[in-house]
Amino acid sequence: MTTTAPEKSTSWRGVASEDQDELPTGVSVRLRARSRRLLGDLLRPYRKKIALLVLIIVISNAAGLSIPFLVSVGIDEGIPPITAGTGASILVTVVGVILAAAVVQAVARQAFLRLMGAIGQNILLELRRRVFDHFQRLSLSFHENYTSGRVISRLTSDIEAIAELVQSGFDALVKALLTLFGTAVLLLVLDVHLGLVALVPLPLLLLFTKWFQRQSAIVYRRTRETVALVIVHFVESMIGIRAVQAFRRESRNQEIFAQLNDDYRGANARSMYLGATFMTGVKLIGNMTIGGVLLYGGWLALQGEVQIGVLAAFLLYLRQFYEPMQEISQFYNTLQSAGAALEKLSGVLEEEPSVPEPREPVALPKGRARGKVRFDGVEFAYVKEMPILPRLDLTIPAGQSVALVGATGAGKTTLAKLISRFYDPTEGRVLLDGVDLRTLDELTLRTSVVMVTQENFLFSGTVADNIRFGKPEATDRQVREAAKAIGAHEFISGLPDGYETEVGKRGGRMSAGQRQLVAFARAFLADPAVLILDEATSSLDVPSERLVQRALRTILAERTALIIAHRLSTVEIADRVLVMERGKVVEDGPPAQLIAASGRFAGLHRAWLESLSS
Amino acid sequence: MPPDTNEPNRPLLSSNSLWRMKSYLRPYVARLIVIWLTALVGIAVVIAFPLIIEQVIDGPVANGDAAGLLPLGLLAVGVGATEALLILFRRYIQVKPVLGLETSLRDDLYEHLQRLPMGFHGDWQSGQLLSRATTDLSTIRRFLGFGMLFLVMNVLQVVAVTALLLNKYWPLGLLVLASVVPIVWTSLRFEKRYIKISRQVQDEQGDLATLVEESAIGIRTIKAFGRRHHVYDQYDDAARKVYGSSMDKVRLSAKFFSFLEIIPNITLALVVLLGALAVGDGALTLGALVAFTTLMLQLVWPVASLGYLLAMAQEAMTSADRLMEVMDTVPAIEGGTGTIDEPRGHLRFEGVGFRFADSDRPVLHNVWLEVRPGETVAVVGATGAGKTTLTALVPRLIDPTSGRVTIDGHDVRDLDLKTLRSVVATAFEEPTLFSMSVRENLMLGRPDATEDELAEAIRTAQAGFVHDLPWGLDTRIGEQGLSLSGGQRQRLALARAVLSKPRVLVLDDTLSALDAETEALVEEALRHVLRDATGIVVAHRASTVLLADKVALLRDGTITHIGQHRELLAQVPEYRELLAQDADFDDASEGALR
Repeated sequence: MTTTAPEKSTSWRGVASEDQDELPTGVSVRLRARSRRLLGDLLRPYRKKIALLVLIIVISNAAGLSIPFLVSVGIDEGIPPITAGTGASILVTVVGVILAAAVVQAVARQAFLRLMGAIGQNILLELRRRVFDHFQRLSLSFHENYTSGRVISRLTSDIEAIAELVQSGFDALVKALLTLFGTAVLLLVLDVHLGLVALVPLPLLLLFTKWFQRQSAIVYRRTRETVALVIVHFVESMIGIRAVQAFRRESRNQEIFAQLNDDYRGANARSMYLGATFMTGVKLIGNMTIGGVLLYGGWLALQGEVQIGVLAAFLLYLRQFYEPMQEISQFYNTLQSAGAALEKLSGVLEEEPSVPEPREPVALPKGRARGKVRFDGVEFAYVKEMPILPRLDLTIPAGQSVALVGATGAGKTTLAKLISRFYDPTEGRVLLDGVDLRTLDELTLRTSVVMVTQENFLFSGTVADNIRFGKPEATDRQVREAAKAIGAHEFISGLPDGYETEVGKRGGRMSAGQRQLVAFARAFLADPAVLILDEATSSLDVPSERLVQRALRTILAERTALIIAHRLSTVEIADRVLVMERGKVVEDGPPAQLIAASGRFAGLHRAWLESLSS
Repeated sequence: MPPDTNEPNRPLLSSNSLWRMKSYLRPYVARLIVIWLTALVGIAVVIAFPLIIEQVIDGPVANGDAAGLLPLGLLAVGVGATEALLILFRRYIQVKPVLGLETSLRDDLYEHLQRLPMGFHGDWQSGQLLSRATTDLSTIRRFLGFGMLFLVMNVLQVVAVTALLLNKYWPLGLLVLASVVPIVWTSLRFEKRYIKISRQVQDEQGDLATLVEESAIGIRTIKAFGRRHHVYDQYDDAARKVYGSSMDKVRLSAKFFSFLEIIPNITLALVVLLGALAVGDGALTLGALVAFTTLMLQLVWPVASLGYLLAMAQEAMTSADRLMEVMDTVPAIEGGTGTIDEPRGHLRFEGVGFRFADSDRPVLHNVWLEVRPGETVAVVGATGAGKTTLTALVPRLIDPTSGRVTIDGHDVRDLDLKTLRSVVATAFEEPTLFSMSVRENLMLGRPDATEDELAEAIRTAQAGFVHDLPWGLDTRIGEQGLSLSGGQRQRLALARAVLSKPRVLVLDDTLSALDAETEALVEEALRHVLRDATGIVVAHRASTVLLADKVALLRDGTITHIGQHRELLAQVPEYRELLAQDADFDDASEGALR
């Protein structure tokens, strides 16, 4: 549960910094270091390729940069012999070299683009895989707080921001930096005097860039934050559209959305103004320099101290010098948003599952689970002061079916979640066949313990796919058998394409009861040693429930089961009933025995009998 | 169906959809004109620069005229400053129209989506809608804001510079002109392939987004079955597809971009060769040659960017098409104008039928049912009999395909939607809670409810647990109330429906997740509420049915029997089958005796 009060977190670990606009310096340094670590980690496998890449860039840029120089040589050295009538051999040679340089540059550039694209796409794929896998590993408690909207936004818009950088921004940045450096060197080589004059504004340019960098860091962070809020609100409205329409929430929603959208616009506007200012500044510095060089160079040429070709080359280079700087401002958005995205993704990757997989998984004594469950001094609390389960010792022998009875909030679902290891106990241990769940490897745990809840999520795909989710390697026949066993076969056969019917968005066109049957078939197919049914039959009508109950008698025969049900008819099929109250077991025994006694269960049972005869 | 599943025969793109966005730019016409004018002046300034250089070299430098150098140099500085300021000016005034377009488009899209009926939302993944509201809109913004301007400016610049070059020395000008031909030809070919592959990448990313969405929303199911690897493999397959297509894209553009760069360089080499020869012949001045090469280099970027800009234009058109696909969906459910001044809640189903558009089997047919003001009807039927569909017809979450539903004699389709939906409130079996405070969630249907009414509704729904939450009613519920139990969520949804004080209260199996004791308490409290309101209660249990004055048995999409619970129990075998718990009763007593 998230709370309206801001959570105090001093560590800024993981995703805690996500909603902050401006961060204390120390924190932002730490965050940057974290992003850099992730980046380094992603780049490491490509060290050799990156070295090759650098070589190629240098070749491509050297060839590209040499062209204006060669043009000036052509003009200064090639023209006089022609005017003097001594032939054009120098000119032809120079032109030949220009052509060669052009070809080298094009070939190197193509190689560069391909290699860099390949590295970028590989990194992107790796990042997608890592983040997706990590989200899947993170515990339910994380997801309950983090919300699916943000998970979606991390895996879509943040990854896309990085993809954008990989696809276009990076190339421009590298090119700009190299051009900057290469041109400066060339200018000095061409003419030290004029070169120094041309480079006078460089410190100013660097300061200006530094300022821009700092400003844009703030601005782009804000852009990402605002767009995330737009996305979250949008997704939530669309998923809950039925309630939105039924309760006329549209206009209020529209107000909220318009506000969020406007905040996003504001953030974008700030970034555009900033970009425009920077670009203009660079252009202005560049043009002033060119004007100055023209004046000073022209004067030097007048004195005969500089050749005209050199002056022409200077002007061409200066133009080239500032052009990529402007591109930097264009792609700085990309760089920044990729940086912000990377920061968040690294935060997600830093989150540790509160229900971690064991480092050294222990196998079950006999390979396959027999299904003996033991709670050994188990305590559980979401918040320390409010324990849900104060202290519980309980043994469920293999093969026994246990019904949990008690009012809402008595801790029945918590018990179920502990057995299925959605949560770990705060104290004590939960054991399956004598093995602590925390040391059991995940696959064994999940194939041994399966929980069916009243929440029946169906994935897009066919009905058969959804049943097969319980056991991906199952054959069509097995899928049908499972459906038949729990009495879902009839309605599935009646669907337009039978088992091959596509289920709509979140199981759109199936009724809640039908989805529950599919979920049931899914669990049955999974064939676990321990089956937990948390209100799993609540949406069924009586005949379906009866079918399921009949099936349950066979299904539960050789497995351990924990049944949470409000219908006493379901409880009847259990071997043992536990009545819970405020996290404690207050009655424990076979149903018949409890009915015969005079406790709470007997009372419930009497009330139920009366309701049936009314 | 969502059209996003890689259909090969998607209609060819047209600029039509993009053109239709123009109305969003209308408020900014004055600014747009200024922007374009500024851009034109900008081109003139860019072209002026090399001409000044030519003047410097051929004038003062060639003639040794030191005094003539200064004014020309200052002119260059002035022109440079003007160029920079023009850029600043243009980019500043551009912000408003560009972002205004994007923001109002997004607002309108959201508004439209909220009006589209359940049928639409059932067919479209919210991820698909999201990508339209974000990625596609940004693409359109980028093109209309920058791309289009650059496209036109660059073409103009190319034309102007080429004309200038032709004018300066036509043989070299002709050469430059000739070099544009292969570039344009390749650009056009590149563009076609590029669009195809971009579209493929876009579609594959859409599929990827759908998987992401499901993995996030279905996380409990995935965890319960330990299917992390299975889900991961699916995602990995899709991610690899994106990778493959992106690599194709990389290869294609690498080829294209390096080609775009080599052509101008080759042309430059030829210009130097022929230009130098021409200078030797005295056909061209040295300054003119320098200016010529400077001008030529100014062509490189505009020409090279043509392919990129054209691709951007195509992407924007694709995005506009994708957007218009949604915007052009006419809301099938539009409110009427009718209002009811004092609604009594007399509800009638008159020969109602319902069939999904893509199915030939009706879900409901020929349903006749009358519920008088204050009366409550229980709807009983087997799983899949059409109960939820029936209840969804009342607040018009869907519309009947035949017959009509009336409230106080008005066809619900004639009523204003606001009116209708304040007369009718529904508590769904699967409640939707939003990530806002408990209070806001409860007051969704009636923002002006008082604290007393709120407390009353909470009491009725036995939702007192909310007071025990860390911040009580102000506790924010996680999205979809994930941290609450099913029963708790149902009770909140019930409290929400009760709080709206509707004339017609629809309870769609709202009590299914409650334990027997709580259920009994809720039912007791509901009896009071239902005394004043017209009620439709979908029920699976005898205890719930007893809330109602009469029962309607829904079978195979139509109502076969209406009557009292006891009557039906005695006379209708199907009803007995559905509700009588005799079989269980036997089993139970057997168990008790054992």
